[in-house]
Amino acid sequence: MLRDALTFQLGYNATLVTVAAVLLGIAAGVTGTFLFLRKRALVSDAIAHATLPGIGLAFIALALSGHDGRHLPGLLAGSAVTAMSGLFAVQWLSSRTRLSEDAAIGAVLSAYFSLGIVLLTVIQTMSTGRQAGLESFLLGSTAGMLLSDAILIALGGLLVVALVFLFRRPMSLVSFDPGFASTSGVRLDRIDLTMMGLVLGVTVVGLKVVGLILIVALLIIPPVTARFWTDRVELVVILAGAFGGVAAWLGAGLSASAPDLPTGPLIVLVSFCLFAVSMALAPRRGLLSSFVRHRRFQAGVHMRQGLLALAQGQPIYEPLTIRLLKARGLARADGMPTREGTIRAARAFRDEKRWEVARATPELELAAARYDGLTQIEDVLTVDQIAEIDRRIGPPEAVQ
Amino acid sequence: MQARLEDVTMRDVRERATRGSPLVIRGMTVAYDRKPVVFSVDATFRSGRITGIIGPNGAGKSTLLRAALGIVKPLAGQATFFGRTLAGSRDRVAYVPQRASVDWDFPARVVDVVAQGLYRRLGLLGRFGRDHEDMVMSALERVGMEDFSARQIGQLSGGQQQRVFLARALAQDATLYLLDEPFAGVDAATERAIIKVLKALRSAGRTVVAVHHDLSTVEEYFDDVLVMNVRKISDGPVGTAFTTEALDTAYGGRLERGMRDPQRARA
Repeated sequence: MLRDALTFQLGYNATLVTVAAVLLGIAAGVTGTFLFLRKRALVSDAIAHATLPGIGLAFIALALSGHDGRHLPGLLAGSAVTAMSGLFAVQWLSSRTRLSEDAAIGAVLSAYFSLGIVLLTVIQTMSTGRQAGLESFLLGSTAGMLLSDAILIALGGLLVVALVFLFRRPMSLVSFDPGFASTSGVRLDRIDLTMMGLVLGVTVVGLKVVGLILIVALLIIPPVTARFWTDRVELVVILAGAFGGVAAWLGAGLSASAPDLPTGPLIVLVSFCLFAVSMALAPRRGLLSSFVRHRRFQAGVHMRQGLLALAQGQPIYEPLTIRLLKARGLARADGMPTREGTIRAARAFRDEKRWEVARATPELELAAARYDGLTQIEDVLTVDQIAEIDRRIGPPEAVQ
Repeated sequence: MQARLEDVTMRDVRERATRGSPLVIRGMTVAYDRKPVVFSVDATFRSGRITGIIGPNGAGKSTLLRAALGIVKPLAGQATFFGRTLAGSRDRVAYVPQRASVDWDFPARVVDVVAQGLYRRLGLLGRFGRDHEDMVMSALERVGMEDFSARQIGQLSGGQQQRVFLARALAQDATLYLLDEPFAGVDAATERAIIKVLKALRSAGRTVVAVHHDLSTVEEYFDDVLVMNVRKISDGPVGTAFTTEALDTAYGGRLERGMRDPQRARA
């Protein structure tokens, strides 16, 4: 069943939903990257919640003028208008008052959302028909999605991706160093507005699929996941799009194969699973690799200190150090070095001395900054440089 | 009519005096919430010199620079670069912000940051080609960081980060370099490397302005100084402007005896 869903074999509606969701997922991941890097991720939550009054007002306007109140483009246009006013409210509050941005977000988000809920309640009492289902914009609803809806979502998603590609350089410049960006001629206010405009576009387009409460997850989780795997902006953007797309594909597939499960929340849960796996297993930035690296480094430092102590005939007090030396056959249980241990200790001692000279030599100072207690100086300096150091500290002493 | 002609002539004279200057600041005032941090500062920075902006913490040195560059909005005053507005001379001005002003965990490598200096050349969609790569690498060589080009910037030491910021400005190939605390919190090797680069820029006829706080190195590093504490206290060549009286005014007599006397600091 799931396989059918994932290969688009589950019928017309399921296929429409999946294609629309995947494009939305990609667009959201790509856009969210810059939001995350600019450290304004939660502004998107305010924007999303500010769509609700717009939906209500648009429905009322449509219904009163004798149209079908659930005309999707009309509702989305209305949601965009109030979302934009919510965005400006956050920006005005955080730049013109002493309120910080997070406080401004909290105030705007809750006020707009409350207004939206009140409007939806009012709509329930209206005599115009077909008002049922407006609340589906809260959590999304893909049942009965029309081809025109899917095309709207797809085109919106493509447009967003194209604009992100066009503005990728100024957006990453502004995210990293706004001061430098502005002296390079980047108009900060315009780029920030573009960034937020794209977020607004994704939010509005995503209302039908995941709803306004969960859209923030699609914008934030994929970039955060991608960040675990790479140290380059371009790759974070691409991976975030990929993770967003994959999560949407799997989530929509799951919901299509088990009819009563909601699409939006499933997409978010799949996205979170990708995040959790990445956090645990990613190389370098993942938890497991940080833990292993830390333990390895700790062991290395203990070994080094132990060997230096042995070389100078000093006693070793730390049990971990003795245990490590013993495990490698370099020392006996009483802390006395084995023959191998004596040789390794002399070598470590010499390496340490060479580093010491390097640190005191101005030309080698930068290289010497790479000292971490583990790196051999042979890996940092050239043979000639080491020969020069050795000339200064004299020949190695023979090990008895 | 007569008076008007006179006005024009006066303006002409003033403009001629400052036209060649890379940076002229007039009446610059910046205030946060009614408290001025920079008040009515006038300064003319001379071409082909290294000028230090000197003063205690909170004296508004960085703010003066940032206001001149339009990063903070001044309450009053203006800055002209090479006799024009900043917008008209951006290609000739490079800015090195304080190292601590950015998040170094940003996903970028050393080359990526230096390549930001080429933004004006590349624009939105320009292809990053071979010659751009060469510009980035030669900028890195000038600060002795060519071996670090593929490093993630978060793995760099403070001094290395500062060198990368300087390399980014060098890649801009500007005429005027404005540096905000380039020597703050860097190791001795980096400090020497940076001053060497700045002196090489001066030899190439470029102009350097640096916010600086270490009084003991002022005479060694700078040709001119601007001593300030919210207001301008003195400016001009180090020999005439970097005086005991100026420092006493700037620091309100809070200086150690040895530091207070520039003559002695030099010895």
